[in-house]
Amino acid sequence: MEMWISQLFNGLSVSSILLLIALGLAITFGLMGVINMAHGEFIMIGSYTAYLTQNLFKDLLPKGAFDSYFIAAIIASFLVAFVIGYVLEVILIRHLYGRPLDSLLATWGVGLVLQQIARSIFGAPNVAVSSPSWLNGGLELIDGVVFPYKRLFILALVAICLVAMYMYIYRSASGRRMRAVMQNREMAACLGISTRRVDGMTFAIGSGIAGIAGCALTLIGPIGPNIGTYYIVDAFMVVVLGGVGKLVGTVVGALGIGFFNTMFEWWSNASLGKVFVFILIVAFLQWKPKGLFAVRTRQLD
Amino acid sequence: MLSVEALEAGYGESMILRDVSLKVEPGQVVCLMGRNGVGKSTLVKSIMGVIKTKRGQVKFNGSDITRSPSGERARAGIGYVPQGREVFGQLSVYENLRIGLEACRDKKRRKTREIPSEAIAKFPVLPSMYGRRGGDLSGGQQQQLAFARALVSEPELLLLDEPAEGIQPSIVQDIQDVIRSIRNEGRTSILLVEQSLDFVRSVGDVFYIMEKGTIVWSGGKERLDDPNVMRYLTI
Repeated sequence: MEMWISQLFNGLSVSSILLLIALGLAITFGLMGVINMAHGEFIMIGSYTAYLTQNLFKDLLPKGAFDSYFIAAIIASFLVAFVIGYVLEVILIRHLYGRPLDSLLATWGVGLVLQQIARSIFGAPNVAVSSPSWLNGGLELIDGVVFPYKRLFILALVAICLVAMYMYIYRSASGRRMRAVMQNREMAACLGISTRRVDGMTFAIGSGIAGIAGCALTLIGPIGPNIGTYYIVDAFMVVVLGGVGKLVGTVVGALGIGFFNTMFEWWSNASLGKVFVFILIVAFLQWKPKGLFAVRTRQLD
Repeated sequence: MLSVEALEAGYGESMILRDVSLKVEPGQVVCLMGRNGVGKSTLVKSIMGVIKTKRGQVKFNGSDITRSPSGERARAGIGYVPQGREVFGQLSVYENLRIGLEACRDKKRRKTREIPSEAIAKFPVLPSMYGRRGGDLSGGQQQQLAFARALVSEPELLLLDEPAEGIQPSIVQDIQDVIRSIRNEGRTSILLVEQSLDFVRSVGDVFYIMEKGTIVWSGGKERLDDPNVMRYLTI
């Protein structure tokens, strides 16, 4: 019984991390259709921003203030990744719309450049971010089952990001403009929308959310210049499995992969579990190539 | 109000329009006719800025808009109902209309949550469908939505590209009535691409006929009996 509960919690926790790293990609790849290989590097930017924020708090502020650095780090990670994403869209991505292969290569190159910049600034070895003390320890529900506060915090963070994204995309005026542009760029422009501004904002928001993911990842391990490359495949897997262009698909995709991964790893071992997950995904995409939640429109028919 | 002078435009390397000149005066309904594939839609698209102009000039209310992006033209007061409707399929009917309000110059009207009732009074069925997705509507309903979406921003000039094409006859009648009522109000000029000579005769002020990418005939209503008109339009 305890085993089952903790495995289920593990599954939920893995899903939440997968979802967090895939959410930004659900916007830049899912909505905009940009094959953004630099997505992992925006995660890295978020991680290093968290690292810098930690150092700043340590050096400049009295000891008592240190514990609150993480909240500031989340906001800073979002903003830094947002700005860099916006700049990247304006100088590069904008010129590559409708050319998926070119944007794949170009963003991959950007990813390599960003990795090297990080290596030059922070050095090749991993750096550690110490979590605030209020996230140490865990919640013990019954004997032998402990829910670490860090994992619970990530769960809550994912939930907040998800709700905020939902509100932005489906309830706000700029979200409405964004959806209109992504569905029919030409017509949206003919109705008075400045598509360039919408493109820039959309890409920047996707990047900013990747930054938040990077910030959260500092809670579960050390960070290095290559941190993005570990997560980029998972992120694409979640978005493709869920169905490109649908937020709910990304959520279900992350839950599916997270739970199956945990279960398979429990029944076999870590590497074999991953293999089983991949086999399942390949088989599923053979059956439903458009993913779990395909967008059905007349334009696509 | 709108003047097109010696326009040349096309897709990529191939030129479709050659030396096209055309004028729309305030309050007028100007009809653009011609067989399929002569460049009528291409002309409307280059007035809207969807297609880039290679040579020539497009002027609206005295200012040169030849190089402006579509969004700017829409905000300057040009409304567009494209051929094939181009409703946003994943957005609800209400959201489609809110997107239509983006082109309003009046900031207050642009931000309003209520779709201005006078703007959609011509389409009384729409409010009952606000919650439905644009893509789920029938062709005729989509056409009404596309029409209303262009009208909510109160454009000074309306570009209508075959508004009655491919929809059921009852709605064709509705749409013709709407065009007539806009004409009678006299606040919005219309550039109408239309195949039906009978309808055009009943609403039009000035007529242009295109062939092979250029204007071959133009004139007022009194000259429509010219045998050349029939020659250019019959297949």
